[in-house]
Amino acid sequence: MSHKLGLDDHFSLSVEALTRVEGEGALHVTVDGGRVTETRLAIYEPPRFFEAFLRGRRYDEPVDITARICGICPVAYQMSAAHAIEDACGVTVGGPIRELRRLLYCGEWIESHVLHVALLHAPDFLGYDSAVHMAAHHRDLVELALRLKKAGNQIVEVVGGRPIHPINVRLGGFYRAPSRAELRALAEPLRRARDDTLTLLAAVSTFDIPDADMDYEFVSLRHPDEYPMNEGRLVSGAGLDIAPAEFGAHIAEIHVPYSTALHGRMIERGDYLVGPLARYSLNHDRLPAAVRQAAADAGLGPECRNIFASILVRCVEVLYAFEEALRIIAGYEPPDRPYVDVPARPGEGHACTEAPRGTLYHRYRLDADGLLTEIQIVPPTAQNQPSIEADLRRLVQQQVDLAGDGLEHEALRHRCEQLIRSYDPCISCSTHFLDLRLTRR
Amino acid sequence: MSGSGRPTLAVWKFASCDGCQLSLLDCEDELLAVTERVEIAYFLEASSATVDGPYDLSLVEGSITTADDAERIREVRRMSRRLVTIGACATAGGIQALRNFADVAEFRAAVYAHPEYISTLEHSTAIADHVPVDLELRGCPIDRRQLLEVISAFLAGRPPRISAASVCTECKRRGNPCVMVAHGTPCLGPVTHAGCGALCPTFNRGCYGCFGPMETPNTASLSRQWLALGASEADLLRVLRTYNATSEPFRRESELHEPQARA
Repeated sequence: MSHKLGLDDHFSLSVEALTRVEGEGALHVTVDGGRVTETRLAIYEPPRFFEAFLRGRRYDEPVDITARICGICPVAYQMSAAHAIEDACGVTVGGPIRELRRLLYCGEWIESHVLHVALLHAPDFLGYDSAVHMAAHHRDLVELALRLKKAGNQIVEVVGGRPIHPINVRLGGFYRAPSRAELRALAEPLRRARDDTLTLLAAVSTFDIPDADMDYEFVSLRHPDEYPMNEGRLVSGAGLDIAPAEFGAHIAEIHVPYSTALHGRMIERGDYLVGPLARYSLNHDRLPAAVRQAAADAGLGPECRNIFASILVRCVEVLYAFEEALRIIAGYEPPDRPYVDVPARPGEGHACTEAPRGTLYHRYRLDADGLLTEIQIVPPTAQNQPSIEADLRRLVQQQVDLAGDGLEHEALRHRCEQLIRSYDPCISCSTHFLDLRLTRR
Repeated sequence: MSGSGRPTLAVWKFASCDGCQLSLLDCEDELLAVTERVEIAYFLEASSATVDGPYDLSLVEGSITTADDAERIREVRRMSRRLVTIGACATAGGIQALRNFADVAEFRAAVYAHPEYISTLEHSTAIADHVPVDLELRGCPIDRRQLLEVISAFLAGRPPRISAASVCTECKRRGNPCVMVAHGTPCLGPVTHAGCGALCPTFNRGCYGCFGPMETPNTASLSRQWLALGASEADLLRVLRTYNATSEPFRRESELHEPQARA
């Protein structure tokens, strides 16, 4: 039996353990006299203090150690760490090593996005508690998704050594570069997986996706010629256009009492959104024509402001990642040496890279002995947390206004959870931030 | 057993990165077959549906870092017929156990603007420090083939075949040239628990010990060899104090390479 709520009720909705998200969090919403007075996404994931214990470690260690922040997107941490420390040491990596890094990232985007789309998020749209339950009636869809996920993991395994916490990434490149034959062997399964992604996209485009049109300030990397992964300027729809080194001058992190994750806010304008919606909307023109066409066929325009449709955008990015991986493999010539030297020098370095869930910022300060003295890590979920709460506030208010006496507690809870999952929050990631920095220049 | 007649499986998370429980979802070829043999009764990362305990098999990821979690693991133990810990956090406190060698109040103040909002214990500890554990599966992360072996063995009612030998044995089986002998690369393989398939040496890299110590490691001899190859005392301290820093043999050996021990 569902509990109906009157307009004038004072009620609170609590979801004590969010499911099908990475990590541990809870949601608390309070409505008083028909008005939403509070929405809190409480993250109770225990802190692990990465920024503190990395002090005094050697500058070549964060590539391995920060991967352990998140088992879902370790490559993102490895890429942000490597690029930030290379920036501090004045080294830029190009040629086939740069391409291999991009290939590795493609593998992680595929693995992480497909995990979320099919195994965590799709059950919301099709009315199941999990992909396992969903498989009873949609076995083909679940099996197809598992094949796609495996294809992504195979890329990470061949380039990185293993799918979780790859061991082959180092400053300046890799310990060992794959041979042409090793990469060529991936091409055929990846071509099949690319074609299967069109099937997945078509299936997801038939889901009953709620409407929403949000006024987000999208923030993402933008690169002169590529869909962004490891390089570019950080831009927004409201005119932000900065180098990663300027991140701290524009974005502050705020510590709220109910969460072990800091909240990211733009100093000038407040809430903003990172992740697939932002990346896609700011870089639609950087997608190959075939991927743009597939997006259009799935009903997506060049910009998407509906957070519930993020599941479609993730599928489009999976398609792009397969196309990009195939392009890299076809043109691959192994480097003469699998890495370039990155000699330590005192100074500071910054990098933003595009994790599956959005922009991941790292900053490191090195002393003359190559030991780390300051570390700052700003994960995408911490940046999105204020937007998630603002969206929840709007959603609950809208439901209260629409439903009047007929508001059903269970339906509202389900809709709130669906909204939170649309962000693909990574709670393990977001529980590691730094002290509040309000640098104004 | 639950109403379905299949044994029930529960997956629990404490302080961790989610990577070890993700290893179960990374068994793409086997996942659906596994769910036909066991009922996934509690696995928040994968399912909103939860079945009340007791559970036939509990997989526990993560270390204990809060007073609430120290209580929760006792509850999990009470509800679990078999309890298997998965990964370096659960078996050795994980990378977050580096706080055990430092001042956690200072850590809290370094990371958080309002350290008073954060409740945490001074030490990050393994699950076995709190409750009896039936089996420990090593690795940062665990190896998914070993995880499947544990689940298969559980279903068959036999002990799992998990070697307690060193990574060296895996290098030999793969036919890898020894990176220490052939390239002069310092490697923790001789004292590290097998399970990864000698990944790092296969990629021309020295093992960094993410599976923790093997059964009876000769760490003193390995340290001498590292120093002979040009590694510093600081290098030894760092590599032993990473993902399995509180495992007894690594902790003891690391203390010999602290600056004050050498002075």
